[in-house]
Amino acid sequence: MNALTRSPVWRGTAWLFGRLGLSGRGLVIAIPMLWFLVFFLVPFFVLGRISLAEPRIALPPYTPLFERGPDGSLQIIASLENYWFLWEDALYRNAYLSSIRIAVISTVFALLIGYPIAYYIARSPEPRQSILLLMVILPFWTSFLLRVYAWMGFLRREGVINNMLMSMGVIDTPLVMLQTDFAVLIGIVYTYLPFMILPLYANLTKLDSAHLEAAADLGASPMVTFFTVTLPLSMPGIIAGSMLVFIPAIGEYVIPALLGGPDTLMIGRVLWDEFFSSRDWPVASAVAIVMLVLVVAPIMWLQSVQNRRELD
Amino acid sequence: MKRLRARTLASTTAMLAMLGGTAQAQGVVNVFNWSDYITDEVLEQFTEETGIRVVYDVYDSNDTLEARLLAGSSGFDVVVPTATFLERQIAAGVYQPLDRDLLPNIDNMDERLMASAASHDPDNAHAVIYMWGTTGIGYNVDMIAERLGEDYEVDSWSLIFDPEIAAQVADCGISFLDSPTDMFPAAMAYLGLDPQSTATEDFEAAAELMSSVRDHVRYFHSSQYISDLANGEICVAVGWSGDVLQAAERAEEAGRGVSVWYAIPEEGAMQWFDMLAIPADAPNPENAHAFINFIMKPEVAAAITNYVWFPNGNSAAFELVDEEIRTDPAIYPSDEVMDKLFTGVTYDGRTDRVVTRLWTRVRTGQ
Repeated sequence: MNALTRSPVWRGTAWLFGRLGLSGRGLVIAIPMLWFLVFFLVPFFVLGRISLAEPRIALPPYTPLFERGPDGSLQIIASLENYWFLWEDALYRNAYLSSIRIAVISTVFALLIGYPIAYYIARSPEPRQSILLLMVILPFWTSFLLRVYAWMGFLRREGVINNMLMSMGVIDTPLVMLQTDFAVLIGIVYTYLPFMILPLYANLTKLDSAHLEAAADLGASPMVTFFTVTLPLSMPGIIAGSMLVFIPAIGEYVIPALLGGPDTLMIGRVLWDEFFSSRDWPVASAVAIVMLVLVVAPIMWLQSVQNRRELD
Repeated sequence: MKRLRARTLASTTAMLAMLGGTAQAQGVVNVFNWSDYITDEVLEQFTEETGIRVVYDVYDSNDTLEARLLAGSSGFDVVVPTATFLERQIAAGVYQPLDRDLLPNIDNMDERLMASAASHDPDNAHAVIYMWGTTGIGYNVDMIAERLGEDYEVDSWSLIFDPEIAAQVADCGISFLDSPTDMFPAAMAYLGLDPQSTATEDFEAAAELMSSVRDHVRYFHSSQYISDLANGEICVAVGWSGDVLQAAERAEEAGRGVSVWYAIPEEGAMQWFDMLAIPADAPNPENAHAFINFIMKPEVAAAITNYVWFPNGNSAAFELVDEEIRTDPAIYPSDEVMDKLFTGVTYDGRTDRVVTRLWTRVRTGQ
C-alpha cells in the first residue's frame, strides 16, 4: 500500500483529482448519482414532458413543448388534460386497483411460501446452506420467458396437471386454469419467490442465537419465541423482500399477457394498449407517471417504518 | 399477416446481424418484416445476385413496427406495414417516395390489386404490395360437425357472433384476434353495417355484439391460435388466411386426425395488404430499392407464396405458384368471393381512442 501511494502515478492522479475538486469519497458517490441521473431522473422528466403534450400524427407522435408563436415569441404548450382523462375514465382506476390487488396477493403468498424456505436455509448447517441457496438461484439460469411458457404447459387444458388429475380419476372434465387470474398469481409468485427468499435469508442468517437462547431460558415456547423474537427481528428482511416482489409485480406485463385471461386487467397491459394500439404516447406517459407515484408512495412509507425501527 | 415457422431464420439472421457489426456499412440492406413471412433461399439468392448482405429482423404486430418507426432513426431500409397503417405513417412523414427508375419489375404487379392499395397510398408512390390476405374464420372440421351437425356449413360470421351458435361451440374453444382493426369491421359486416364506417355508434353497436359473445371466447390473441387450432386446443378462431392454412398444414403433418379449414364469411371479410416501403431515414436507400425490385421478380414472389401460403400481388408470378396453392379458393378467392371483400380504413386519432377504449371494454368486460 505504501509503495503504491508513494508512486508518482498515484500521487499525480490524486493531485489531479484534488485540483478537479474530486476526492475519493466524491468519486464513489458520483457513480451512483450519475446512474440515478441518467437512468431515472432523465427518463422520468422525458415521460413527464410527453405526458403534458397532445398526440398528433407526426414524427415523434406528440406536440412539441415549445413552439414559436406567429409573432416569433416562444410559447410553452402543456396541459394536464391527459391526467384528467385518466381520472374521468373508470377503466384506469380499475386497472390500477386490480394491479395493486394482484401485486398484494402475490406478495403475501410469496412471503408465506418464502419465509419458511428462508428460515429453513438459514437454520441449516453451513455446507448445506450454499447448496440450498444455489437451488433457489438456479432457475434464473434459464430464461424467465421459458419458465413462464413451462407453466402454460402445466396449466393448459390438455396439460400436465389436468392429465394427471383426470387419469387419477379426481376430476372428469379438465379444469380451466390457464388464462385466469389464478394462473397469473402462480406465475408471479413462482417468478419472484427468489427475490423474497434471498433478503429474508440474509436477514435470518444474521439473527443472533443468543436471543433465542435467552427466550428459551425465560420459558418461552418455540412458537412464542418465533412470534416475539424471530419475526420482529426479521422485519427488515420481510420489508425488503416484499418490496422486491411487490414493485415488479404491480407493473408486470409479460406474465398476465401469457397466463392471464381476457379479463385480467393490469396496468401494464393498459399502458401497452395506449402506447401501441392508440398510438397515444401522452396518455401512455401519464399512465406511467401515475403508476410511478403509486409505487413510490408505499416504498416511502415502508422506508420510514424501517427507519423508525432502526432508531428505536 | 404473420407467420411463426421460421424461428430458425430469425435467429440465424440475428446472429448474422451481430457478426456483421455496423449495419450502415456498404453492401447491406436492413429488412424488418413479419415473423416467418419469407424463405431463407430467397434471401440467399438476393445476396448471391447482388452482393448485398441482408440483415433481417422480425416483428409480430403492426403496433410494434409503428412504435419503432415513429420513434425515428429505426435504422431499417425496408419495412412491411399493413396498408391501413402505412397510410397514417405516410401522413406522419415516415417514408420516402419510391424511385420508379430503380424498380423496373413493378410492371409485374397486379394492376387491380395495386389500385386497391392506392386507396391508402395515392399513385402507389411510397409502397408496393408484398403479400395480401383475408381475415376470416379458421375451424376444426370434426369438432364443429360434432356440435352443430354434419350439415352445418361454416359460411357466416354467425358462428362466432350469434350468441346461441357460439354457446354451442364455446366448450371446444373460440379465439378472437387481439386486433380491433380486424375485429370491429368483421362485427360490423355481420350486423349489416358498413365495415368501413368510422361512426362512433357503429363501433358501439359492434362492441355490444362482441360483448354479448365474450363469455364464449376463450382468449384474444393474434398468433397463439395457429398452434392451438393445429392440435385441437381450440376449435374456432378468427384469423388471417395464411396463418389458418398453416395450422391446417401442421395438423395434417401431425397426423392426429385434426382437420382444420378456413372460411371467408358471406357477409364479407377484410382484405388486407402488407406493403414494402422504405423509411425516410433509411441508411441504404439504393440497396432497399434493389431488394424491393428483387422481391417483385415473378419467380421470387412465387417462391415466397409457395412457402408462406399467402398470395402475392404479382400477376406475372401467378403461373409459377404451386398448383395446389394457386387453385385453392381459401388462398386465391374466386371472383365472386373477391367482390364481397372490403378493405380496411385508417382511423384518425379520435377514432383510434374510441376503438381502443371499446376494445378494452370488450376484452376485459370493463
